[in-house]
Amino acid sequence: MPAVQETVDRVRRVDVDQYRYGFETLIESDKAPKGLSEDTVRFISAKKSEPAWMLEWRLEAYRRWLTMTEPAWARVEYPKIDYQDLYYYAAPKPKKQVSSLDEIDPEILKTYEKLGIPLREVAMLEGVEPRPGEADTARRKIAVDAVFDSVSVATTFKEELMKAGVIFMPISEAIREHPDLVKQYLGSVVPTSDNFFATLNSAVFSDGSFVYVPPGVRCPMELSTYFRINERNTGQFERTLIIADKGAYVSYLEGCTAPQRDENQLHAAVVELVALDDAEIKYSTVQNWYPGNSEGVGGIYNFVTKRGDCRGDNAKISWTQVETGSAITWKYPSCILRGDNSRGEFYSIAISNGYQQVDSGTKMIHLGRNTTSRIISKGIAAGKSQNTYRGLVTAHRKATGARNFTACDSLLIGDQCGAHTVPYVEAKNSSALFEHEATTSKISEDVLFYCIQRGLSQEEAVGLVVNGFVKDVLQQLPMEFAVEAQKLISISLEGSVG
Amino acid sequence: MNLVLAKTETGKALSDIFAIARNRLPGAGKVAGVRQQAFEAYERAGLPNRRVEEWKYTDLRVLMREVLPLAAAPDAVALKRARVAVQLHAVEDASKLVLVDGVLVPELSDLTKLEAGVSVKTLRATLEDASNDARSDLLLTDTTDAMISLNAALATDGVVIGIADGAALSRPIQIIHVATAPSASAFTRSYLKVGHGARATLVENFVAADGARSHQVNDAVIVWIGDGADLSQVRLMDDGTDAVNITSGIFTVGAKAKLNLFNMFSGGAVGRFQGFVTLNGEGTELSINGVNLLRGKQHGDMTLVVDHAVPNCVSREIFRAVVDDRAHSVFQGRINVRPKAQKTDARMMTRALLLSDEAEADNKPELEIFADDVACGHGATTGALDDSLLFYLRARGLSENEAQALLIQAFVGEAIEQIASDALREQVTATAQRWLEARR
Repeated sequence: MPAVQETVDRVRRVDVDQYRYGFETLIESDKAPKGLSEDTVRFISAKKSEPAWMLEWRLEAYRRWLTMTEPAWARVEYPKIDYQDLYYYAAPKPKKQVSSLDEIDPEILKTYEKLGIPLREVAMLEGVEPRPGEADTARRKIAVDAVFDSVSVATTFKEELMKAGVIFMPISEAIREHPDLVKQYLGSVVPTSDNFFATLNSAVFSDGSFVYVPPGVRCPMELSTYFRINERNTGQFERTLIIADKGAYVSYLEGCTAPQRDENQLHAAVVELVALDDAEIKYSTVQNWYPGNSEGVGGIYNFVTKRGDCRGDNAKISWTQVETGSAITWKYPSCILRGDNSRGEFYSIAISNGYQQVDSGTKMIHLGRNTTSRIISKGIAAGKSQNTYRGLVTAHRKATGARNFTACDSLLIGDQCGAHTVPYVEAKNSSALFEHEATTSKISEDVLFYCIQRGLSQEEAVGLVVNGFVKDVLQQLPMEFAVEAQKLISISLEGSVG
Repeated sequence: MNLVLAKTETGKALSDIFAIARNRLPGAGKVAGVRQQAFEAYERAGLPNRRVEEWKYTDLRVLMREVLPLAAAPDAVALKRARVAVQLHAVEDASKLVLVDGVLVPELSDLTKLEAGVSVKTLRATLEDASNDARSDLLLTDTTDAMISLNAALATDGVVIGIADGAALSRPIQIIHVATAPSASAFTRSYLKVGHGARATLVENFVAADGARSHQVNDAVIVWIGDGADLSQVRLMDDGTDAVNITSGIFTVGAKAKLNLFNMFSGGAVGRFQGFVTLNGEGTELSINGVNLLRGKQHGDMTLVVDHAVPNCVSREIFRAVVDDRAHSVFQGRINVRPKAQKTDARMMTRALLLSDEAEADNKPELEIFADDVACGHGATTGALDDSLLFYLRARGLSENEAQALLIQAFVGEAIEQIASDALREQVTATAQRWLEARR
């Protein structure tokens, strides 16, 4: 069925030409020479004062990358990227060594203020005053690591986190300060040889976040990274590594924006999550890179490798993503369900408009016994965009009792866009129970009947059920992300196709 | 994927096969030119392997390894063995066309029951008919599939059936492919044109005569269905235990037409049916259904591409796989909805039943949709037999085997009951029954 007017209007409001974060910050920056060679890798490593083992690791990845070819299987088209015509490192030029937030370039602070990201620990949620009698700590706090082009400019609430034993710092610092942890886990989920873009990232990544939550600790606040590409012709390659030790819990959020430019910019990040026994990691993304203008000029090429490893028993990893930006999205946050009874979840809302191309989905790899996974994907395509869900669910021989439920729905607005679904369902164990469905009416006849009986239309009922389900997850996001995300997902689900 | 592969040992041997066979293949001049081009197209790609997305789960380099030399024309002994196989699989009342090792054998065929409005010729005669200017077109298709290209290059024979406009046939036409030669391959290609408003039933069997070993079958059937026509087609791939059976169907369907297609793979080491259906006229109803019954180390693959090129068509696909022992079942289904194909109603449901811990089922139900006012959906499930259902039946006195058989029968029944003809439905059910009985 066709989308109702309300839906059409809502989507138009989040249209590409109304990109709110398209401004540019005029700031001097320190760049690596253009192009990619071993020297570039050495330059980046030297800039970060890295130990020799790290440089070796990068060089190995670089040499491997030279032998690899760009993947072509995704349903995205773009002109060939000239990897020699890019800057691989750009950092805001430091005025002097900074020791506190006050010494950071005010231009950068202003940028983050404009973006609505509080770097000052006092300014939490705009307009939210603590109610009388409410203790300060009762308010929700979010620790932010802000990454500007290639470097981390500020990390907030570091001390408070330290008290709980949580390590939250730029990965460049972690390499120097916690080499044993980094050595043990870096590349253990996404090996340097994993894929073309991940290997490139391994060679040239400049910064990103590092999180380690010690055994039994529930991270006292939400952790967050805000990525901003500012410099022209620059590729951003960040690397995030999150480790939740036995029984730990951490919720991590990621947001991204970039200035409006005519040329395409490359973003190739790698995110690795490791959850040990009984640990839980919740990773949420609101991806809003510049998608290009309504003619399809400019925008970010987003080639991201995200993978979580439920390495211990009873571990849980949950990915939530709201994807609205980027000219091209190539991203498959995955879960390796290695530990017995581990759980993987993937909730995704991908909205494409203009000339955007989205090829996104997930992989649930069931290796352990009694592992469960759930995939809920909503794709909304408008304008001249192409929106593809590509997912893999696989149960290996020994994955006795594996369970998966997948529901992926797409909505098309207009007749010039495309929505595609490419699921791979592979079962190698007879006790594996996989269900894949792509029609909204199948969600739960009982609930729908209940709603309809109480006067809701079929459409309203479906919307209510699905929205209610997704909202549960989205409400876990901190306020400013949730508001943004909510706006994007409150789009009606009626007119869905599988 | 454009993959240029180095010529393997296998590829080398095949070009020898083509060079030797060339003189035996029907059709000279333009036809030979088309064959040469088709062979070159195949050589560029080589045997489909896991790097070719459409063949991801059926890697012929592993499963088939090489293309065997063409079978020699059957001798009297072979025909005697073929006759036994034909008698076993003949459908009552049908006109029979029997192809033994890739050659139509008139003495085994039976066209006495052919109704008015039906013309039957062999592919060989059609390709050699110099008065027919369009004869080389018979070897051309729009697909780039390597196995279909190879089929065009090496097809030795087949049947060309024409059904006149408005002819409503009451009796089925049956094509029986029989293999008798050991370690040889048969390439056949057939055409069926169902005229406007005509009605027909086609049955295709792939079987092995006693003594056939390690043979390969590559068949293509190209079907054209006119406006308002109605075709029921049932395909039974019940080949020899070590056969490799790769078959393709290319269907072009006109307006307000009906196509009811059923395929069952139960015999053969490796079997794949790939169907490509283009809906070219509005108001057409399509029903494609299939069953894989697999045990041992069998590998069964059903791959369907349904292309909704025009608005207001309905397509339904139901697939069921029963996978025992170390067998491997594959279902790939793609529904394309082109930008203008509004009001398309397309559904696809695939379910696999795993009966053993070493069985494998891979499902890839794809949707590719470019129109906004459509109702498309797919579903896929994989799992074992429901313990509570088994318990229910056991509690009522059925043995474990009987209970399982009953549930499996019901499971595949959902696909089998879509067959339009009562007689054929019963025949397919009986074949499935036999498979179940052999399981005990």
